[in-house]
Amino acid sequence: MTDKKNQVSRRQFLNYTLTGVGGFMGAAMIAPMVGFAVDPLLKGEKETDFVYVMDVDEITNEPQRKTFSTDQVDGWYESQAEHTAWIFRTEEDEILALSPVCTHLGCVVDWNSNEEYPDQFYCPCHDGRYNKLGENLPNTPPTEPLHAYEYRIEDGKLLLGKAKSRKGA
Amino acid sequence: MLHKLYDWIDERLDITPIWRDIADHEVPEHVNPAHHFSAFVYCFGGLTFFVTVIQVLSGMFLTMYYVPDIVNAWESVKYLQTQVAHGQIVRGMHHWGASVVIVMIFLHTLRVFFQGAYKKPRELNWIVGVLLFFVMLGLGFTGYLLPWDNKAFFATQVGLEIAESVPYIGGDLKTLLAGDPEIVGAKTLARFFAIHVFFLPAALFALMGAHFIMIRRQGISGPL
Repeated sequence: MTDKKNQVSRRQFLNYTLTGVGGFMGAAMIAPMVGFAVDPLLKGEKETDFVYVMDVDEITNEPQRKTFSTDQVDGWYESQAEHTAWIFRTEEDEILALSPVCTHLGCVVDWNSNEEYPDQFYCPCHDGRYNKLGENLPNTPPTEPLHAYEYRIEDGKLLLGKAKSRKGA
Repeated sequence: MLHKLYDWIDERLDITPIWRDIADHEVPEHVNPAHHFSAFVYCFGGLTFFVTVIQVLSGMFLTMYYVPDIVNAWESVKYLQTQVAHGQIVRGMHHWGASVVIVMIFLHTLRVFFQGAYKKPRELNWIVGVLLFFVMLGLGFTGYLLPWDNKAFFATQVGLEIAESVPYIGGDLKTLLAGDPEIVGAKTLARFFAIHVFFLPAALFALMGAHFIMIRRQGISGPL
């Protein structure tokens, strides 16, 4: 178009300006909507309440199945969430409260339920197995031990919080 | 990079003529505000389309949180407006855009009417435009109920009674709209939601397609 180098032609200038202004307007339009959509990622993890589950002196060496519920705020819907824990004392006299959720694909494991595998946590979905401490047994599908609930003891009462992964622990 | 990608696709599918047909066309002098400032009146159709795009986008995002249920609808709207990031902005866009789009469509109609642009051979496009206007009013009417607050409820009550006042078929028409002969409630809300997000938008897109194809085929009407 022109003899001078690096000179922007009228058409180019208009193209750039229109693209720029249009892009800016589009971005201003889309940005709040994207933030709106990814809001679940922006919300931090909620603090967990510790909830009374059982008295400490009732805890035996045999895992006992206990259920408890926590307040759950799910957006605009508030409800009670049900949780299950297998609670027992280990040989080292430590309290262990295991989550029954299989670490393979999230089915529910049961203690001592399969006659072929006594004194193990057994998952019926894909034959996942864990020993009494909730450690996954080799050559079964699970890739990490059963999660354990954080616990607190107050006035001889056992309070449970959130189930946390014990991988690498 | 983008250029190469474009060339790669173009070499195989020859897409350049397609988008040339859509995007590349002369703007006559008499509709260009750079030549005659009064030509800004030709912008209202495009502005209607622009606001419609905003309505569609913001509406899509709102349905991520909104539930059309009489127990939860209001709570979900409150949640998305007060707890979700930019919720007030996104709902605000949809709320105000709904009014703006009616204003724009009305100004566009006025321009076409007073310039006589609806006359032969463009009568069909005028008819489609009037249908688009009705669809837009329907979207406004059905969307108004969705927050399920008092204003929404009683406005819909009034709207349904207007429908009922139609001779002969009024009663059936009201039942059909509300989903119940007496109650304005759960069934009404679910119905209005379905009409608002599926049926009317489908009609809107089809009619807009026809509207645009016709204007491209016939061209903008000549200068006054």
